[in-house]
Amino acid sequence: MSGNELTAVQAGLVSCDTCDLLSRPAATVQPGHCPRCGAPLEWRRHQSIQHTWALLIAAAISYVPANVLPVLTTNTLGSSESDTIMGGVIYLYTSGSWPLALIVLIASVMIPMGKIIALAYLLITVQRGSIKNNRDRSRLYRVVELIGRWSMLDVFVDTFVVALVQLQPLMSVEPGLGVLFFMSVVVLTMLAAQSFDPRLIWDAGRRRQVAHG
Amino acid sequence: MYNLASIPPRCLAVETVACPGCDLLQRIPPLPSGGKARCPRCGHLLATQPSDPLDRSLALTIAALIVFVIANTTPMMGLSAVGREANTTLLGGAYQMWLQGREITAAVVGFCTVIAPAGYLACMLVVLLAVRRPPAPQWIGELLRWANFMRPWSMNEVLMLGILVALVKIAQLATVIAGIGMYAVFVLIVLLAGIMVSFDPREVWRRVEWAAGEQRIPVADATSGPGRAA
Repeated sequence: MSGNELTAVQAGLVSCDTCDLLSRPAATVQPGHCPRCGAPLEWRRHQSIQHTWALLIAAAISYVPANVLPVLTTNTLGSSESDTIMGGVIYLYTSGSWPLALIVLIASVMIPMGKIIALAYLLITVQRGSIKNNRDRSRLYRVVELIGRWSMLDVFVDTFVVALVQLQPLMSVEPGLGVLFFMSVVVLTMLAAQSFDPRLIWDAGRRRQVAHG
Repeated sequence: MYNLASIPPRCLAVETVACPGCDLLQRIPPLPSGGKARCPRCGHLLATQPSDPLDRSLALTIAALIVFVIANTTPMMGLSAVGREANTTLLGGAYQMWLQGREITAAVVGFCTVIAPAGYLACMLVVLLAVRRPPAPQWIGELLRWANFMRPWSMNEVLMLGILVALVKIAQLATVIAGIGMYAVFVLIVLLAGIMVSFDPREVWRRVEWAAGEQRIPVADATSGPGRAA
């Protein structure tokens, strides 16, 4: 890291989360409020690592019932059939629309799993004070933030299938408990990504610089 | 990269920023129309320079609000099977989910498809109207904060793809008819993307009345410190 790289914290300045104004904090412990927009100032997001871990662990736990429990139950004249998320993907594939099957597979299975792994990796490397691949880790964080919402796809699919296929007594579709858990995974991972502070990735380098110089 | 010492104090308050992605201090150079500024260290997108950041956004916001009303009041899609017909609106989907005993899921679906986009558009409309006569009142900062909060939860494009997948699924069972609402959602996605591309929050913050008054520009007295450190 070259000598002319100076962060706001090193300069004793704090950046507003809302309006990006750089200002001199009222006090080191309590930075006070942004003089332009009035938002409370923080050096780093409050207890970022703890909050992100808590939300991430909750998401990982919900991931199991989200995939095991049925998301849709189809009732047709006496018989009923339950589908899990993977079942829905296979159904789309066998009924001939493999592009949609692929989209649902990516959005519902791979993205939530990938997000949980990526955030855990970011948290562990930050906690270990890693200074390697900072730029790639920053990029990974931005990707996680960007694609997270697409996992909601399956929840919307289930909602509209349920809303339309209500032809009692011939045929009806009910939402299963899996939808609730799946939606929890999506919301919890989105909140976890929002509570993670990407500046922590770069803070380790600063601490090492201080320790050695 | 940056040289704090060479920047006049008044500029420093506005044009020197700490990257939200890595906290690196840097100066955003004057950008050409349509230009973008990224952090040289972590690659975070720091600023964009749309050609007409306020008026075009306002026009798109008003158009989006009209389309939003259409998308929510007309049927999204209908279905006919064995002589029976059914159709649903955007909120009808969430409502059916609620009736089936999945209240929390229904609330989240309603939030992501109706409340968050509505909140985002309403906040943007008020901000863009209020900012036309500078200095803009202080409370629009709060509204812009709300708009930022709503934005990631406003999932119209995900909803659109979800509807398409649902249509394919149901098409195996019955005849599906796409409604006006579906086309309206499609137009809404384009307009929302247009608002996000054409809007520059920095332009709003430049015009807003400061909470602490203009005198206490806090970085002005901090120039000597970081300047020498560099």
